[in-house]
Amino acid sequence: MKLKCDLTIIGGGPAGLAAALEAKKNGVENILLLERDKYLGGILPQCIHNGFGLQYFKEELTGPEYADKFISQIEKHKIDVKTETMVIKITSGKQVLALNRDDGLLNINTKAIVLAMGCRERTREAIAIPGSRPAGIFSAGTAQRYINVEGYIPGREVVILGSGDIGMIMARRMTLEGAKVKAVLEIMPFSTGLIRNKVQCLDDFNIPLKFNHTITNIKGKKRVEKITIGRVDKNMKVIPGTEEEIRCDTILFSVGLIPENELTTEVGIKLDSVTRGAIVNENRETEMEGIFACGNVLQVHDLADFVTEEGEIAGRAVGEYLKGKRKYRTQSIKIIPGDNIAYVVPHHIDYIVPDRKKIKLFMRVKKPAERVRISFKDNKGKKLASYKRKIVTPGEMISLFLPESVLTEQLKSVTISVKKENKE
Amino acid sequence: MKSTSLVCIKCPKGCRITVKSKEDKIISITGNDCSRGVEYAREEFINPVRILPTTIKVLGGEFPLVSVKTEKAIPKELLLKAMEEIADIEVEAPIKIGQVIKDNLLETGIRLVATRNIRRIQFF
Repeated sequence: MKLKCDLTIIGGGPAGLAAALEAKKNGVENILLLERDKYLGGILPQCIHNGFGLQYFKEELTGPEYADKFISQIEKHKIDVKTETMVIKITSGKQVLALNRDDGLLNINTKAIVLAMGCRERTREAIAIPGSRPAGIFSAGTAQRYINVEGYIPGREVVILGSGDIGMIMARRMTLEGAKVKAVLEIMPFSTGLIRNKVQCLDDFNIPLKFNHTITNIKGKKRVEKITIGRVDKNMKVIPGTEEEIRCDTILFSVGLIPENELTTEVGIKLDSVTRGAIVNENRETEMEGIFACGNVLQVHDLADFVTEEGEIAGRAVGEYLKGKRKYRTQSIKIIPGDNIAYVVPHHIDYIVPDRKKIKLFMRVKKPAERVRISFKDNKGKKLASYKRKIVTPGEMISLFLPESVLTEQLKSVTISVKKENKE
Repeated sequence: MKSTSLVCIKCPKGCRITVKSKEDKIISITGNDCSRGVEYAREEFINPVRILPTTIKVLGGEFPLVSVKTEKAIPKELLLKAMEEIADIEVEAPIKIGQVIKDNLLETGIRLVATRNIRRIQFF
C-alpha cells in the first residue's frame, strides 16, 4: 500500500507522542505515527511507579497516567496512528517502508521524519558474564513487562546486576510481589540511577546494594541455581579471593540502555560515539535535512519529562522546516565536551532565531564531583557563561542554558568543562 | 542534639537534607532546595509514608492486569500488608483512569485507584 504524508513519526512512546502533538500545533497537518507494539505509550504503560510528570505537569503521576495525558490528546486531534507496525527501512529521499498485518507492506512518501524509536536494554551477552545459560535470566525491563503488563512473576529469589533506575525499581517491585531480592550489585563505586530510587526502592526494604561488585559465574541446568559474585578493583578486574556464592533462581540485568538506531545508521546518519544517538543541531535535526531525532533514541534520558520536552523541540522544528522559513547562521557553532563532560546534546547550533532568549543544553559528566563550576568558553578561551553545582554525577543528566546574547556571528565553538570550585 | 541525614524523594533532584533534633523534636531542617523538602523531611522524620503503585487482576479486559496506586501516600510499614490485601482483588473491564478499585485500604481512609484505561474485550 502506498501512502503520502507530511510527517512520519517512528515510535509512539513519550518522544513520538510529544513530537506529533507539537507538530500538529505548529501547523503540520498530515501526520502519521507508527508504533510496533499493540498500544501507544512506549515503555510508560509498564512503568507503573509514580514519579513521572513532576517537571512537565507539576504533579506526580505514574507512567500509564503520564502516557494517557498524551494518548488522549492524540485521539482528540485525530492524529493517524498505526500500531503493531514495524518500520524496516527509511531512505534519504524520505521514504518509509513499514509492515503490518492489515496493510502488508506500507510504502510511505513523507516530507519529514521524526526518529523516536527509544532505546533497548543491554543484555548479559553484551557485558559477557560467564557461566551456563539456564532459564531465569532477564533484562530488568523484560521482567517489568512480565510483572506489570502480562501478569507473570519471573522468579522468587533474585539478584539484580546494575543499580540503574530500572534495576532499583524492579528490586522494589519484586519485593512487593513477594520475591526475595538478595542483592543489587553495581560494578561502579557509585549508583548510576537517581538517588531517590536508592532511598525508596532499596533502603526502604533493606535490600543490600554492593558497590564494586559483579557476577563472575552463573550456574544452573534448567533454571538458575546459584551465582558467584566478586569485588572488582579500579580496573574492573575481579580481585581473587573476594568471590562468594549466592543461591537464587533469577537474575535481572539492568546494565544500561542503548538507543535503537539501526534505521538511522542504515540510512547513513552519523552517530555520536558516546550517546550512540544521532549528531543533531538545536532543532534535533540530524545531518540529513528533514530527518529529526528525539528522546531516548537520541540520548538516554533520566526522566520521561525531558523526553517529552525533546519531542516537542523536534515537533516544533518540523513545523518550521515544512514552512521553509528557517534562516541559517553563516557558520555553525560547535558544542564541544571539555573536562569531565562525557557528551553534550545538541552537537551544533545552526539557526538564527530572532526571539530566542537561550538554548537548553543537555549533558552528562564522566565522573562524580562535588562543589563544581561548569563553564562555557568560546574558541579563544573567553568565558561565556558559568554555573555552580553542588553535586554532579553521571547518573543525573545536567541541563544548562546557553544565553542567546553570547552567540555572536564570529562564534565558532563553545567548550563546556567542569572544574572544582576553589574553596573560598 | 541528634543529626539525621535524609535524601528527599519528592522530585528527581534528590536534595540531601539534614534534620537536627533533640528528644525527637525537630530543631532545624537544612539542605533542601524547595519548600517541599521541609514537608518531606518532617514527614520522613515523624512518620514516613509512600505511594504504593501495583497491579490488579482484570476480568474480560484487553490486558490481564490494570495498574493502580494509592491516591495518597500510606505509612511505609503498611506497604507489604497492603499488598496482601490487594492480592485478592479482581476487577471487571472496562476500567477508566481514576476509577476507585478499593475504598479505605487497611482502614487508612485512602483509596486505591486505577492508573490505566482498559477496554473490554467481547468474547463470542
